[in-house]
Amino acid sequence: MNTFKLLKTISLLWILATASISAKPALDKEEHPPQKDLKAEIKAYINHHLQDSYDFSLYSYTDEQGKHIYKGFPLPVILWDNGLKVFASAKFHHGETLAEVDGNYYKLYHGKIYKTDADGSIEYDAHHHPVNEKPLDFSLTKNVVFILLVALLMFFMFSKMARNYQKNPLPTGIGRLLEPIILYIRDDIAIPNIGEKKYKRYMSYLLTVFFFVWIINLLGLTPLGVNVTNNIAVTLALALMTYVITTFSGNKDYWKHIFWMPGVPWPMKIILAPIELLGTFIKPFSLMIRLYANITAGHVVLMSIIGLMFIFKNWIGSPLSFGLAFALSLLELLVAALQAYIFTMLSALYFGSAVEEHDHH
Amino acid sequence: MDKLIEQFSLGLFVWQSFLFIGLVLLLKKYAWKPILDAVNDREEGIKNALEEAENARKEMQDLTADNERILKEARTERDAMLKEARELKDGIIADAQEEAKTQANKVIQQAQATIASEKQAAIAEIKNQVAELSIGIAEKVVRAELEDKDRQHKLIKEMLKEVS
Repeated sequence: MNTFKLLKTISLLWILATASISAKPALDKEEHPPQKDLKAEIKAYINHHLQDSYDFSLYSYTDEQGKHIYKGFPLPVILWDNGLKVFASAKFHHGETLAEVDGNYYKLYHGKIYKTDADGSIEYDAHHHPVNEKPLDFSLTKNVVFILLVALLMFFMFSKMARNYQKNPLPTGIGRLLEPIILYIRDDIAIPNIGEKKYKRYMSYLLTVFFFVWIINLLGLTPLGVNVTNNIAVTLALALMTYVITTFSGNKDYWKHIFWMPGVPWPMKIILAPIELLGTFIKPFSLMIRLYANITAGHVVLMSIIGLMFIFKNWIGSPLSFGLAFALSLLELLVAALQAYIFTMLSALYFGSAVEEHDHH
Repeated sequence: MDKLIEQFSLGLFVWQSFLFIGLVLLLKKYAWKPILDAVNDREEGIKNALEEAENARKEMQDLTADNERILKEARTERDAMLKEARELKDGIIADAQEEAKTQANKVIQQAQATIASEKQAAIAEIKNQVAELSIGIAEKVVRAELEDKDRQHKLIKEMLKEVS
């Protein structure tokens, strides 16, 4: 089971690595004087969409003079660079100008903030990576704002639902939709995987992670299109929490099955121990990659198909790509829920294995 | 992988961890606990109500069974009582008949005895009267007979004749 997962993870990583290599030429093209290449522009747009940003842009377009016009609002940038520096992201003018704060100059370069001199020059290493100093960046980026909004939405939605139960034992309003889901998570995910006795202490995490991932995935499909779960940082944070909870709730049996597998001859035990130990890391790692890769892939394919409309520019291409995009959007709706379900399900499975009481063999 | 590491943003990671843990804790206090408790209470309530209904149904069944048993018992008792009463009645009637018969017999016997004794008395009376009358007649006859000698002789002769 674990070796299978390991293989799967390695192959996934391989695919991702090759994908990033093949994406490189496109990035390189961007740096040269802007070519009037529609394909490259669409690619760049998709890349831009997938990245976090320091301002909440609703839409952007290029006017007749070839100038990019952005519509949206700036968000606060919070840096730690020998002291707290807070300023509005409007100072960057979408990367076109340097931001000068307390005598330091900061440049927005490929979605990251670098500290530069007054001219804004960027030094590169041999692999064409910038070597400028990066200040610690805790900015309220678009994704952070969106996470905050979803958190507030969830808090108001579920606390209102909870208050309704005080008046009436039956769910009302949105509770009618949410209660079956909550019960499903309790009866079909938590109890079968963790067990009747111990499932209660994991319910808060499982419910929160399910609804968080689901709602944020769904909202990522709206035209606002802030896809938070395609950031590896977000999925890492979620997977890490599953890992920490699993590790801290592991009982004697759990550790015994990792380091000294009962029921196998002792040379096997020595071989199995590192594999099992690695397995404990691979499990949450696969959670992280799975959520990230599914959502990213969905968005890339969806936006590419929408982009096809601008490439074909004829009477057959547009309806075709519209139909494809529509069908794919429906699929993405399913994926949004499915990924939330899988994340919750596997987390419950890992918690279950950590607290399981084995019969003595 | 390079791209992934390059894309990784520590700030986003910190914010996500901080906000998510906060969200879990807040929701636990203000949403999940009350919701799950309410749902649990409701489920317990439904379970209890069902159990109570089942118990009530069983009790009802028991009660009906009891009622039927009691009714049956009452019916058999009534039948027994009726039978007894009938037997008693028959007995009384039989007794009464017996009594009446003996009484009647007694009366008849007494009557017969009375009749018999009365008859005896009457016969005795008649006998006495007949005897007296006979004696009177005989006196008169004897007187008349004895008034004349011939006739005396004749009589003596006849009487002797009869005796011999």
